[in-house]
Amino acid sequence: MTQAEHRPLPLPQPESDFYWEKCRQHELWLRKCNDCQKAYFYPRDICPHCFSRKTTWVKASGRGTLYTYAIVYRPPSPAFRDKVPYVVALVELEEGPRMPTNLVGIEPDPAKIKIGMPVMVDFEDVSETISLPVFRPADSA
Amino acid sequence: MAKSLQNQRIAIVGVDESDEIGIVPNKSPLQLHAEAAYNALADAGLSIKDVDGLFTAGPFSTLVVAEYLGIEPRFTDSTSVGGSSFVIHLAHAVAAIRQGYCRVALITHGESGRSARARPPIFQGLPDSQYEVPYGIIGAPIRYSLACMRYMHQYGEDRTRQGLAEIAVATRKWAQLNPKALMRDPLTFEDYHNSRWISYPFHLYDCCLVTDAGGAVVVTTEEVARSCRKPPVWILGAAEGHDHNMISTMPDLTRTIAYRTGPAAFERAGVTHDDIDLAMIYDSFTYTVLVTLESLGFCGPGEGPDFVAGQRTAPGGDFPMNTNGGGLSYTHSGMYGVFLILEAVRQLRGECGARQVMHKKDKSQHAKVALVHGTGGSLSSCGTAILARD
Repeated sequence: MTQAEHRPLPLPQPESDFYWEKCRQHELWLRKCNDCQKAYFYPRDICPHCFSRKTTWVKASGRGTLYTYAIVYRPPSPAFRDKVPYVVALVELEEGPRMPTNLVGIEPDPAKIKIGMPVMVDFEDVSETISLPVFRPADSA
Repeated sequence: MAKSLQNQRIAIVGVDESDEIGIVPNKSPLQLHAEAAYNALADAGLSIKDVDGLFTAGPFSTLVVAEYLGIEPRFTDSTSVGGSSFVIHLAHAVAAIRQGYCRVALITHGESGRSARARPPIFQGLPDSQYEVPYGIIGAPIRYSLACMRYMHQYGEDRTRQGLAEIAVATRKWAQLNPKALMRDPLTFEDYHNSRWISYPFHLYDCCLVTDAGGAVVVTTEEVARSCRKPPVWILGAAEGHDHNMISTMPDLTRTIAYRTGPAAFERAGVTHDDIDLAMIYDSFTYTVLVTLESLGFCGPGEGPDFVAGQRTAPGGDFPMNTNGGGLSYTHSGMYGVFLILEAVRQLRGECGARQVMHKKDKSQHAKVALVHGTGGSLSSCGTAILARD
């Protein structure tokens, strides 16, 4: 079996089918509230900021900045044994929300990774149906 | 009955661990629950037949634990919000007893964090399974290190690093005074800085132990407390809260909901920060302590590294903290919160021998007022309790 088959994969739910389907097409979509005007992550029908049901889907620009990161040395499960060291991160999207991700396309080195650096979405195809949005430094895109 | 109880003080009258803690592959998690319950009731001088309220957290609800213990409680609470749960149970026990829903509350914990033969399956459709786990954002060390890195960015990496080291080293010094602690070898600053990376910015010695352990607490009315074996430790005030579940949705990675539970517990207890002789602060990681001290208001945002400087929290320092050796060096089964209560009660009874903390305002007496603070999930849930002896 390949490593991708071992990797823990998301099980999309009715409220997130659209999100994962768009990811499969290499597009990042967010939920946005038409009442308070805030975009939010993760996708759910009712706005977590104001509890409005007047929410919609919007396509994200894919641009953001690095909000925080960590470099994983001790694999948290056997599926990640061959991946360490890898960079986990929270990215603050241009539209406002923060999302968890991996930072790729840069050495896992604190001297090179800078909080606040501009990043751009990319997609990693991890199975037939699942593509994960990851982020890379914007200047390397 | 209920009306008069509203004014009654509620006390902790019994505490203990399971027979063995640390590396205990020969006991199941439920055995650890039961042993701790047995030992804590013996400590109180009460019988299992006296217990009419049961509180527990973790994969086993009170249904499982009550059956195993052979009791039929009339009040139950399986609130399970991570390692803070047991401190939160104290607040719930006070409420239930004052309302007359139960009279003797038993809080139990048992977990084979190290030696469990199997782990419960995880539902892949949960938000964290969809949005964090696929990236390898799995488990507490990785999640907490994301928060710590943001703190370092905001308040300075070198001074934060020194603060984390102070906490790791000071906590080990307390563990050396506790025969029940798993890690009792000396730990130097050099050892800390040279230890391997787990999830940068966390070194090995930023992270708690992973052990097997049970712990239990008995809570009851003032009336019952007066007939127990040992002097009562009063629950003066308690508060709870949570503000997120996944680390990626934490509103502010440098502040926990302790900023609300701390002031609420102090207000209910009628004491201030200056009255605290002993602080038991959940130390899943060194960073958990730093951010909690600030959130509780012992110091301001970003001031944690200065607050713990110079081994201030170590034996002999003027802010005794985590005097059992903490999750970092004594034991950490996974949901450690119950053990914070055990140590605070023992300190307030004057049972701690070489590591006994004294009353700040009268050094001839042992400690009088303790703060216990649990943190659970991904810095998600908090429970604060202020305890005191007569």
